[in-house]
Amino acid sequence: MPKPLPTSVRTHVTALRMLLVMTVILGLAYPLLVTGISQVAFSDKANGSIVSSQGKEIGSSLLGQNYNLPKTAPSGSTTGADPDEAPAPDPKWFQPRPSAYAYDPKSSGASNLGPNSEDLLKAVEERRAAVAAFDGVDPAGVPVDALTASGSGLDPHISVAYAKEQVARVAKARNLPADKLNALVTKYTEGRSLGFLGAESVNVVLLNRAVSEQN
Amino acid sequence: MSSTLAGWLQALALVGALALCYRPLGDHIAGLLTTAKHLKAERGIYRLVGVDGDADQRWPVYLRSVLAFSAVSILFLYGLIRLQTFLLLNLGVPQMPGHQAWNTAISFVTNTNWQSYSGESAMGHLVQMAGLAVQNFVSAAVGIAVVAALIRGFTRNRTDRVGNFWVDLTRICLRLLLPLAIVFALVLVANGVVQNFHGFHEVATLAGDPQSIPGGPVASQEVIKELGTNGGGFYNANSAHPFENPTGFTNVLEIFLLLVIPFALPRAFGRMVGDNRQGYAIVAVMGLFWVASAALVTFAEAQHSGTALNAAGAAMEGKEQRFGIAASSLFAASTTLTSTGAVNSFHDSFTPFGGGLTIFNMMLGEIAPGGTGSGLYGMLILAVVAVFVAGLMVGRTPEYLGKKLGGREMKFASLYILTTPSIVLIGAGVATALPGERAGMLNSGPHGFSEVLYAFTSAANNNGSAFAGITVNTDWYDTALGLAMVFGRFLPMVFVLALAGSLARQQPVPATPGTLPTHKPLFVGLLSGVVLIVVGLTYFPALALGPIAEGLH
Repeated sequence: MPKPLPTSVRTHVTALRMLLVMTVILGLAYPLLVTGISQVAFSDKANGSIVSSQGKEIGSSLLGQNYNLPKTAPSGSTTGADPDEAPAPDPKWFQPRPSAYAYDPKSSGASNLGPNSEDLLKAVEERRAAVAAFDGVDPAGVPVDALTASGSGLDPHISVAYAKEQVARVAKARNLPADKLNALVTKYTEGRSLGFLGAESVNVVLLNRAVSEQN
Repeated sequence: MSSTLAGWLQALALVGALALCYRPLGDHIAGLLTTAKHLKAERGIYRLVGVDGDADQRWPVYLRSVLAFSAVSILFLYGLIRLQTFLLLNLGVPQMPGHQAWNTAISFVTNTNWQSYSGESAMGHLVQMAGLAVQNFVSAAVGIAVVAALIRGFTRNRTDRVGNFWVDLTRICLRLLLPLAIVFALVLVANGVVQNFHGFHEVATLAGDPQSIPGGPVASQEVIKELGTNGGGFYNANSAHPFENPTGFTNVLEIFLLLVIPFALPRAFGRMVGDNRQGYAIVAVMGLFWVASAALVTFAEAQHSGTALNAAGAAMEGKEQRFGIAASSLFAASTTLTSTGAVNSFHDSFTPFGGGLTIFNMMLGEIAPGGTGSGLYGMLILAVVAVFVAGLMVGRTPEYLGKKLGGREMKFASLYILTTPSIVLIGAGVATALPGERAGMLNSGPHGFSEVLYAFTSAANNNGSAFAGITVNTDWYDTALGLAMVFGRFLPMVFVLALAGSLARQQPVPATPGTLPTHKPLFVGLLSGVVLIVVGLTYFPALALGPIAEGLH
């Protein structure tokens, strides 16, 4: 007859058996159950709130995107555009907030620069000058969301003030009446959840999709 | 509606929801920790695991079960992470280095969820759900189990038995965490949190660029990440990521979830000791600190001090537009006063005072309301100290809930209180003294020191949030912070369970006119004072070098 295992070994065997049972229940059955119900009941949201335009998927209504001019190949170049060229915003689109990760969802996150950071101060000042020149407004009036990077680097929203600031520029670039764009900004302004949770904001992805479908 | 009014209403709605849950949820927890009845499913589990569900354990056996379960969990999770390149649904991620896998395994088993990796590029779906999310459940359950044993120390007399760890663990997972997780995971999905098994889904954006939309079983993990006060994000941006926290509503729901169990546990405590007023006194102290901290962080963030934030005009760096200042501050205060460490905005970019408060919150020992279970046992230890201090003032042997607090009990309470500050201060001191480790700071000056101080405070208190600019994916930081998490989690548990055993052995003493009533406002005030003085002052010199120096700058 084999000798019984010492108590300390038996405790660890019990622990392992408990962990395996819990892994099956909480690590496999539970997420599968939630996924199953979600895929049936809320399949659009469970799969990332993908939005399409003219039959083509253009992204997720929850994840912001870049709206930059195509990079130009330097004259005489045979290898195409310079990948290190600084991106330039395209005036035809409503521009999102600055992003620490250039709206690449393969990474996400913030700048993590401190409140007294020299780098952050420089970035804020440069953004203020660039946005004011781009939108043709007074630098003092540029809204704060245009000057600061978001927490996720994927923020799909801007403030109503920043959206309104961009209307004239987009209208000119697209040759559209400003009234029509103002109406679209109002349409894609999302109020606070239940009227009081969070902050009022404009969804840039949905707004730009609507703008692109105007002409 | 103005932002200020909306911010107030949001906080009031949260308080209302928590107050509504206090009694039913607390009673439910007390019930499942005291009933003799096993569910059929639970009996099945006990048979599979090979334990006798009706046999109570002595405190050393209870402790050994906790430690064995945690040790096995660390090894299992380490193995799972290291082998994930061979597993299903690994999304082609590269193999994680040993030191980082070790750090991550410890981090999730200790309820810390410090993340030196980023979810998008380092974790496949299978490890997220069968490894990390499982620990989100069971590490939360371990915390509640340990506080259950401590409460039994107060309620039981002349016994050496403090409960059965395997029974407590199973019941907390199946009767408390799992049902809530299923319901609220579906609520999150209905509001936009993703729940699928896709890898990256390629699209072409409006401007014609390629973009990769991530997938994953996020909602099922998100909900337990908050409910179990864990905090490890599926994605790197944590609860700031729109796929984890898409709207103002999901945001307040996530804050609610991370607070609801810690705030209901005092009710369970009151029920179990047979005097609900004892629970009210404890929850009053917790509530006091939470309200004060939430108000102060919000106020600090609304002031946007700091040269860079001042130039921008508001403290919106690292914050999401859909949440704004108020909802971000409320989340930050709540996540650092519990052991959650999930973030919906990045604390590194908070104002000096606001960011300093998030560090101070953790330094209080995460007791207001604290992590699931760990918050209540931390507060009860401080209550023991408060009663002792009061006893010294009048010169009689102190007693709490009928149990004498003698030399042995006070030794365990004192060791508990000394453990975390020692780890934090030694760890941060050593890191700052080493040139290579100093180089990990992203910001310079006092703010750089705050990053290091935050890291060790967060690890030793099992919080898991960070001043995330610091580079911690190095051999040294992964190892040092891993050790801080292990000692910060399990040494206090040893002292708590030893105290439980010591209390359970006693014959209760009847209350006399000289007994300090521990359910009156006087005691609430005394306990609050002890929290501030004993815990807060320990860290004052360190805080002076970091956030305070920066704030005065």
